[in-house]
Formats: sequence, structure tokens, C-alpha cells
Amino acid sequence: MSPTNLVTAIRDTLHAEMAADDRLVLLGEDVGARGGVFKVSEGFLEEFGEARVIDTPLAESAIVGVAIGMALHGMIPIAEIEFADFIHPAFDQIVSEAARMRYRTNGDWGCPMVIRAPCGGGIHGALYHSQSIEAFYAHVPGLKVVMPSTPADAAGLLRTAIRDPDPVLFLEHKKSYRAITGEVPAGDHVEPIGAAAVVRQGTDLSVITYGYEVHRCLDAAERIAADHQVSVEIVDVRSLAPLDRETILTSVRKTSRAMVVYEDNRTYGAGAEIAATIAEEALFDLDAPIVRVGGPDIPAMPYAASLEHFYTEPSPDHLYRAMLDLAHG
Amino acid sequence: MSAQVTEAPHETLGLTPEDLLRMHRHMLMARLIDEASLRQNRMGRAPFVVPVSGHEGCQIGTASALDPDTDVWVPYYRDLGVVLVAGLTPLEIFLGVFSKADDPASGGRQMPSHWGSKRLRIISHSSPIATQVPHAVGIAYAMRYRGEDAVVGSWFGEGATSEGDWHEGLNFAAIHALPVIFVCENNEYAISVRQDKQMAVRDVSSRAVGYGMPGVVVDGSDVLACYREMRTARRRAIAGEGPTLIECKTYRYLPHTSDDDDKSYRSREEVDQHKHDDPIDRFTTYLVDHGVLDHEHVQATRDELKAQVDEAITTAWAAPDPDPATALRHVFAEDPGA
Repeated sequence: MSPTNLVTAIRDTLHAEMAADDRLVLLGEDVGARGGVFKVSEGFLEEFGEARVIDTPLAESAIVGVAIGMALHGMIPIAEIEFADFIHPAFDQIVSEAARMRYRTNGDWGCPMVIRAPCGGGIHGALYHSQSIEAFYAHVPGLKVVMPSTPADAAGLLRTAIRDPDPVLFLEHKKSYRAITGEVPAGDHVEPIGAAAVVRQGTDLSVITYGYEVHRCLDAAERIAADHQVSVEIVDVRSLAPLDRETILTSVRKTSRAMVVYEDNRTYGAGAEIAATIAEEALFDLDAPIVRVGGPDIPAMPYAASLEHFYTEPSPDHLYRAMLDLAHG
Repeated sequence: MSAQVTEAPHETLGLTPEDLLRMHRHMLMARLIDEASLRQNRMGRAPFVVPVSGHEGCQIGTASALDPDTDVWVPYYRDLGVVLVAGLTPLEIFLGVFSKADDPASGGRQMPSHWGSKRLRIISHSSPIATQVPHAVGIAYAMRYRGEDAVVGSWFGEGATSEGDWHEGLNFAAIHALPVIFVCENNEYAISVRQDKQMAVRDVSSRAVGYGMPGVVVDGSDVLACYREMRTARRRAIAGEGPTLIECKTYRYLPHTSDDDDKSYRSREEVDQHKHDDPIDRFTTYLVDHGVLDHEHVQATRDELKAQVDEAITTAWAAPDPDPATALRHVFAEDPGA
């Protein structure tokens, strides 16, 4: 077994699942001849054919809406939104239709489908190729929202999403695609949706995060351990909805200090829900106020390198400093 | 009226007297349920109902050309006539009107007339307009992918044709030559907004050329003409020749819903004028003229159907309400073992 990067893990998993089950089809912009703008489906058109690898018109609402129809008639569609920033025209189809189908039919119909969307910034994507969209969707009953941070989790969560009887929004952080490598267990590797993972054990404070921020936090935690002998535990949420409250609370109760880190702009982001959960359930286990570290409340990321850097890393070692402050606060 | 009025002798359409009588009964039943539903609303027993009167010709005409054993129905909220043809019973309809636990569409979760039945392959829809059109297209894609000899019927009003989802759906369907038939029930008003404030074209069907599919106009009060166009479209779809846009020129005799006051946007004279072209009266006359029916039989049928409606109302009203404890269920699939 050799290390693979995150985008390859997604590609390999999609390939294996499509080869195993002909109910699966891929549809989206540029997924066919181009193989996807991130090459996730490179070679799929030749192997699986036009009926299963569908280059759609440039119409996000139809990509999701047509996928819903397919799901209602015995297929398992995997809809790709080329960039998460472009998903907004499909909001109604995702929220009013896919996520509500089971509830509004009293359990008769479901929408077994996956919506994949590359999200997040730090790759010079500017205002419309950098967005974090998870908070809009994690608020919606009937929809599952996941964001893996490692190749193994990408493979395992994608496989579970494909087999889930309900719609799953599968968010892939673009900066992770080729920057993050790791081992992917061979064979039918699955990870449960709704389960967080403790990716670094620690005793002094808990950092709850997800997506690419997991890697930034791991880096800061290593350095702070070496420099100051501060032991940071890191919880990778992995699944925004449903949220694994127990794993988060268990960690916070152990360390008595909690910090939530997310790339999305801070206000009304996923960090608010996580912080509120900790405040409601573990307030008296805490030795310090909960800290949120989110992006500034500006529209996504500006383009110029200096401005983008301000968004992702607003001051030198800001995570390092925030962790140290909380550990000693 | 721009519609081409076509007398469609039923023999050339291959319709037997039994077929005609069934269509006639569906039209009468739709009208009787409609009138009874509005009475239930005025009695305070149904907070919200959606009238259909005036649309029976285009709904029953188009729906009767589909195969209820194979085809899939994607109606919108005014399609009482379509779902009767699909097989919903008066009792099932009133279970929805009274939002009872056994309402087949949603168990009382959605407003009435938000049809759905897994048993009958009637696809659930929501209240935002035209969102169901891409679903119809996706179902048609799945039908062809799975090698089914079947089509999808997709119904909507002319207001829906302003929505992006409508455009995106038709475009997608035409690109892939999918077995789906788009039926526009153009009743000139989207609630209160007249067609000339909705679009700059006279005929919705003229938009079909922009998608690369045939578009036809038909007199929505002529049930046999509607049947004929749907039958032709179904044959094209089954033959792999792709979708058709059928525009039925029709008119709604009653307000948009029980909460609407149509006197604020159209005159009584205009409404009365359209009632002279009642699709049920026209079809009754046709059947009498062709010796399929006599006037005594019409009255007897009406009485028989009225009794069915009354019985359905009584039974549905007495049926159990949804248990509040179930309100949290079915957000996600439930573990069969749970």
C-alpha cells in the first residue's frame, strides 16, 4: 500500500463503486470528455460510457434536479457541482426537494444521491472559487453534510455516502486534493457518516475542526508541543450533519478547554453550533471560555496573494498563538 | 382564442365507447370533488383547497393517453383530473383534503393537492413552482437507462414556464431525446398575473423550437383533441424521438385557491364567457351526439358519482388524524429493525 492523495482517493473510490453497481451515474459540468476540472473522473467516459458519465448543460439546478428524478426511479446519481461556489442556483432543489422528499412523503420516497462539491480556498480562487458553503446546508433537516480531511476518510465517507438511502452533500476541500496524502485501506473501506475522529490525542486543550483546517491545526499542535510542552487534542468533525456531539464533548470534558477552528467566515458558521453544543452540555467542565477561530466576515477570499493570505492566516502563527493563549488562559 | 379547434372523432383515435365513458366519468368526478372540496373549505373543515374546474378537459384528455401500468405522473397542484386518471380514489383525495394520517401523498404533512402515491407512481411535489420539471426529466433518463417501455408526463401552468427549472428541464430533456411529455395548462393567469405580464409570446408552445422539440397548441376544453396530442407525443417518446411540449389553452373558473379572491384581477363577465366553453358540457354533447350517452344516463352518472363523493367525505372526515408523536419521523430513512 502506497500513499495516495485525496483527489486520487476520491477517484479510485468512485471508480470502484461505479464498476460494482451499474445504478451509479456521474453527472455534472465537464465530468465527461474533460474528466472533471480536477480530473476526478478522468477516463471514466471511455470506461463507463456516455449513459453513465454525463456532461450536463451549464445549469446547476438541473444537475441536482435531474439527479433527484434519477434517484426516484432506481438509480444512484452522483452529481458534481464544479465548484461549491456555483451550487447556489441548486439550493432550492437540494433544500426544498432532495432533503424534504422523505419527510414530505411520510417515508414513502427517498433520494439516494450524492452531491459532490469542491470547496474552500487558499488556491488563488478569489471570491467565487474559494467559498465555504457547509453552514447553509448543515442547517437543513434531511440532508447529510460531510467533509473529509484525509484520503482514507475521503474514500470511506464517499463509499458510505453512495450507499446511504438519503442525500449526502460531500464537500471536498480543494487545497487538500493534492497537498494531502495518506494511506487508504484497501478493499471495501467505509467510514460512518456522523462520527468524528480524534486525530491527535492531547490533554491540555481540545481543538474541534474539519476540512483543511485539520492540517493547519495539526501543524500548530506539533510545534506548540515542542516549544511549550502544551498537549493539544484535535477532533476532526468529518460530518457536519449529523454532528457527533459525543466525541466532541468527551474530548472537551477531558481537556477542559475548547477551541473551534473553521475556514468559513466566523459569524453563524459551523463553529457557532459546535460552541453552543459545548456550552450547553459541558460548560461546568470548562476552565476557560470557548474560543472560536473562523475566517473574517468578508465575502470569501480576495484574489491577491496578500489578501488571500490575510484570510487564511491573518497573522503569523495565529492558530499557534490562539492555542497557546487558551492553554494558558 | 388562438387554439385550433379540432373535432376529434373517437374512432380515429381508437377509443371505444367504454373509454369515452371512463373519461367522461373522470371529468365529472373531478368537477364534483372540486365543488365538494370548496364546500368543505367554506364549512371550516378544510383550511385550504385548490380548485380545478375548467381544467378537466386538458387534464383528463392528456392523462388518459398515458399507460397507467407503466408510465410515471409528475403533476402539479391543480391536477386533480390527472391523479384521478392515474388511479387515486375519491377517498384518498379527501384524506388529503382533511390532512388525515392515511393521506397517501404525505400523511397530512403537505397541503392538500400536493399529490403523491408510490403505488401509482405519482411523484411527490412541493410548492415552489416548476421544481418538479427536472425530476420528470431525471425519471425519463432513468427509464431509458433501464430499458423501460414507458414515458413520463409532466404537467404545469403557464406561470411555471418563467422559472429557470422549467427551462433547464426542457433543455436537458431535448438534448438527450428523453421520453417525457411536457403539458402546459395555460389558463391565462398565474394567480393574478396575466399571461402578457408573464411572457412576450402568445403561445408557450412557441418556446419549444428554442429547445429543439415539437410544440403544439391544443384547445384544452376539447378532451379528445388533448388526448390526440398526448397520444402522438407518447408514440414519439416511446419511439426514441424525444420530448414534446403540449400547450393546452384552458381557463380556471374558480379562484387560484380557497384563499384567493379572483374578483380583484378579472371580471365576472370574463369568467362567465369562458364557462360557455365548459369542457364537460362539450364532451357530454359530443357523447350524446354520437350516441354513446343519453341525457338520462348523464344524470344517473352524476348522481352515482355524487354518492361516491359524499361517502368519501364521510369516511375521510372520520379517519384518524396524524399522531403528533410521528412528527419527528422520516427525516431520514429509518432502520427497518428500529
